[in-house]
Amino acid sequence: MSYIKPQFRHPQLPANERGFTRTAYEGLISTLCAGCGHDSISAAIIQACWELSLEPHRIAKVSGIGCSSKSPTYFLNKSHGFNSVHGRMPSVATGAYAANHELTYIGVSGDGDSASIGMGQFAHVVRRNINMLYMVENNGCYGLTKGQDSATADEGSKSRTGQINPFENIDLVGVALEIGATFVARSFSGDKQQLVPLIKAAIAHRGFALIDVISPCVTFNNHHGSTKSYDYTREHVQAGNIVDFVPSETEITANYEEGASHNVALHDGSRLNLVKTTTDYDPGDRRNAIAALQDSRANNQILTGLIYIDPEEPDFHQMMKIANTPLNKIEMSTLCPGTSTLTDINQSLK
Amino acid sequence: MRPTDTRNPEYFHKVVDCQYACPAHTPVPEYIRLIARQRYTEAYLVNWESNVFPGILGRTCDRPCEPACRRGRVEPEPVAICRLKRVAADNKGDISPWLPDIPATKNGKRIALIGAGPAALTVARDLMPLGYTIHLYDENPKAGGFMRSQIPSFRLPESVLDEEVDRILDMGVDALLSQRVESLRSLLEKDYDAVFVGTGAPRGRDLDLPGREQAGANVHIGINWLANVAFEHTAKIGKRVVVLGGGNTAMDCCRTARRLGGEEVTITVRSSYEAMKASPWEKEDAQREGIPFLPDHTPLEFVIEEGRLVGMRFDRVESVYDENGKRSLVSTGEEPVFVAADDVLVAVGQEVAFPWIEDDCGIEFDRWNQPVVDKATFQSTNERVFFGGDAAFGPENVITAVAHGHQAAVSIDLFLTGRDMLADRPAPGTHLFSTKMGIHEWSYDSAVTPDERFDVPHLDNATALKDRKAEVELGFDTEIGFAEAQRCLNCDVQTVFFDSKCIECDSCVDICPTNCITFTDNGDEDDLRKRLMAPADDRNQALYVSDSLAQTGRVMVKDENVCLHCGLCAERCPTAAWDMQQYMYSVTKAAPIIKIDATAIGLPSVAARAAKA
Repeated sequence: MSYIKPQFRHPQLPANERGFTRTAYEGLISTLCAGCGHDSISAAIIQACWELSLEPHRIAKVSGIGCSSKSPTYFLNKSHGFNSVHGRMPSVATGAYAANHELTYIGVSGDGDSASIGMGQFAHVVRRNINMLYMVENNGCYGLTKGQDSATADEGSKSRTGQINPFENIDLVGVALEIGATFVARSFSGDKQQLVPLIKAAIAHRGFALIDVISPCVTFNNHHGSTKSYDYTREHVQAGNIVDFVPSETEITANYEEGASHNVALHDGSRLNLVKTTTDYDPGDRRNAIAALQDSRANNQILTGLIYIDPEEPDFHQMMKIANTPLNKIEMSTLCPGTSTLTDINQSLK
Repeated sequence: MRPTDTRNPEYFHKVVDCQYACPAHTPVPEYIRLIARQRYTEAYLVNWESNVFPGILGRTCDRPCEPACRRGRVEPEPVAICRLKRVAADNKGDISPWLPDIPATKNGKRIALIGAGPAALTVARDLMPLGYTIHLYDENPKAGGFMRSQIPSFRLPESVLDEEVDRILDMGVDALLSQRVESLRSLLEKDYDAVFVGTGAPRGRDLDLPGREQAGANVHIGINWLANVAFEHTAKIGKRVVVLGGGNTAMDCCRTARRLGGEEVTITVRSSYEAMKASPWEKEDAQREGIPFLPDHTPLEFVIEEGRLVGMRFDRVESVYDENGKRSLVSTGEEPVFVAADDVLVAVGQEVAFPWIEDDCGIEFDRWNQPVVDKATFQSTNERVFFGGDAAFGPENVITAVAHGHQAAVSIDLFLTGRDMLADRPAPGTHLFSTKMGIHEWSYDSAVTPDERFDVPHLDNATALKDRKAEVELGFDTEIGFAEAQRCLNCDVQTVFFDSKCIECDSCVDICPTNCITFTDNGDEDDLRKRLMAPADDRNQALYVSDSLAQTGRVMVKDENVCLHCGLCAERCPTAAWDMQQYMYSVTKAAPIIKIDATAIGLPSVAARAAKA
């Protein structure tokens, strides 16, 4: 098995605005199973960061435990990274964001990491509107422990051993909508045309951005009877809209029919051009989004695309009125003014 | 686009750029892998079966394979294919057990070969195992043709040449040496069943300029002079020598002159330095020996003083290209340049000459005085007479002559056994087989080494210039040979795609280091080339297109151009929709060349298959 990727790249690889080719955003060669959806998501993150011309050293990757949480090794090798305890990535992300809001935060988690052991952490990072991209690489099973059903496995879905899942599933998109997420999307690892613009939009969004990505586990959950397989997902996907991410300095040139598209201005000046497809609803309306999600579910379909966005809601940093300067740029004397200052404060409180 | 038909033998053949570019289609990656495994004898045999003169070509080949090498498209320098061939030749063991048996009882058919160069020797080797009686005529006392008379010993030691030429003569060829054929008519009257003409392009061009006549014996035709040196009729030259011409013969002339007493040897050429016809490495070798080049110099006259040549005068010119790329040399109007010379070597081209073919032999010539020869069968307008090598279509090189020899031998055998030379011509041998050894394991070294091309050691100038026969290029030792062999990308190990197995998980797309693979909606070629993961503007490199895929109806499109053949697409594929399969392509020969069933002793691939055929 190859454990080193060849050094050679396509000689005519295009460079982005910062002069980087995609190579600058790559990571080590993957050790996940061949065909794992997570690798496609890594590739989509690489593509999105390259297209956004982000500086790799201004990105921080955070993850928990699981196949999904291994994957940050396989992209953005020149970025910061923290592989935390199972289900505790939101705490680390919250701390990191509080300390330095100038980095781009990419959280990678899975269905076990977010919907089981980390469910409590997940709920609170949503409420606090931490400015981050939170990817759930959702394969409906515990791949690292031989493929048991996870909390996101659909009721009635058949495991590889033939067991029918008797439990109701947790839909993280539904949960996030319910508890106030400001950017909620769903996508599929096998559809980069949809996923890459969503990642770009999520990174540009100021606030917590959830993308729940159906990411088939080829080893344990890609058989007949599974509802998270490549073919089942492709058959049941219902793309709610097509997202076209328009960077701030670019004019909208795509010419859509009147009424067919919907523009959302993001905080950083970029825009999202949303082209409606099958469902006719406004992703700016939370109640509509919840209804669309329920309708889709009732029809045995998987609603994908940008499901809800609120670009105006203040994020954690603004809500908490945290100092604008990252902690690592504040002088030591200011950060830690000494005993006499502490004494003064204590005295003032007596 | 329509799905690629990989059953067409030419499709995968074209992916193996080096082999495809080689006129004899030598299976380059196959013998390079054998070198890496230190199986030099087998590597030599794979070569010998295909190109007949591995030791000679490993030193002197024009190397059309190297500019074609895929490695040269992902980094500056291609694999040193030619020098690796020499590693096989230098380190081989005894090959005699593999040589074909020559029937003691002849089949009764007699063939005359005229000119003992690479083309005729190839015909002899290919036909001897079939029991033909072969008479090989040459005007020189030793066989080898231009390989002997024109390639100096410091590039090709006599022992290497003798070994490979004698191996063919020792098959029982009747070598009628020092016998110049003066008349084709009288030869045809000797009742040969077939005649093969491999007389090369023996006439060196002269320069009819003012002073040429008075300069007389101090002006030499390059190829004749080199032959005189080779056969030791000439051992000296003046101190100041001017060589006219910019091809490989000019390089050989100037370097030989340096060894025969020439102290100030100068190359003058009409073209620019860049446009010179000589191979880049031959130019480098001449420059390494301190030989100055004067490009953009057109000779005006031989300068004669007191009845003796004292030098040449040149006009300074510029190469001007019109919109069709046609070059004209325009004088700069500067004062003519005088270069002093005791001797002048003229190496400005050579051409075919057939003064010995009479008009009534039934052989037609075209308006350029080339014989009319069929490009596939090498038969002339006299059905008994075949041509090959430079004699057939004008000056080329050794490897082209070998390629002609193979095809002429096939034709002669078909012709003499009453079969049709086109309809009954056997197809090239092809074989496609998986290299899979286990999960994610291949029978070839799939890892791509980042090493740059290794330099070859040279004899120091002082020693080299003292001895005309001292070989200058010393060749790779086995260690560098291994490291250089590892640079080969194994382009003959094909990425074969089975669309019915694909689940469209994108893993191959995501892992491919050179972004060769795209899954997209089908379109015509122009359209598809614009929609791939990476630029795909080299239209000489094919797009490999699958049928529509089951889940999305898209197609898989692979741009073959910079595929590293690293096998990662196949390693990351969960359903084995990609497989790494070795493709063997073997040019049709008149007879099996490698004797025994070589698989029994572990000799792989081409040689084995040729033996089985």
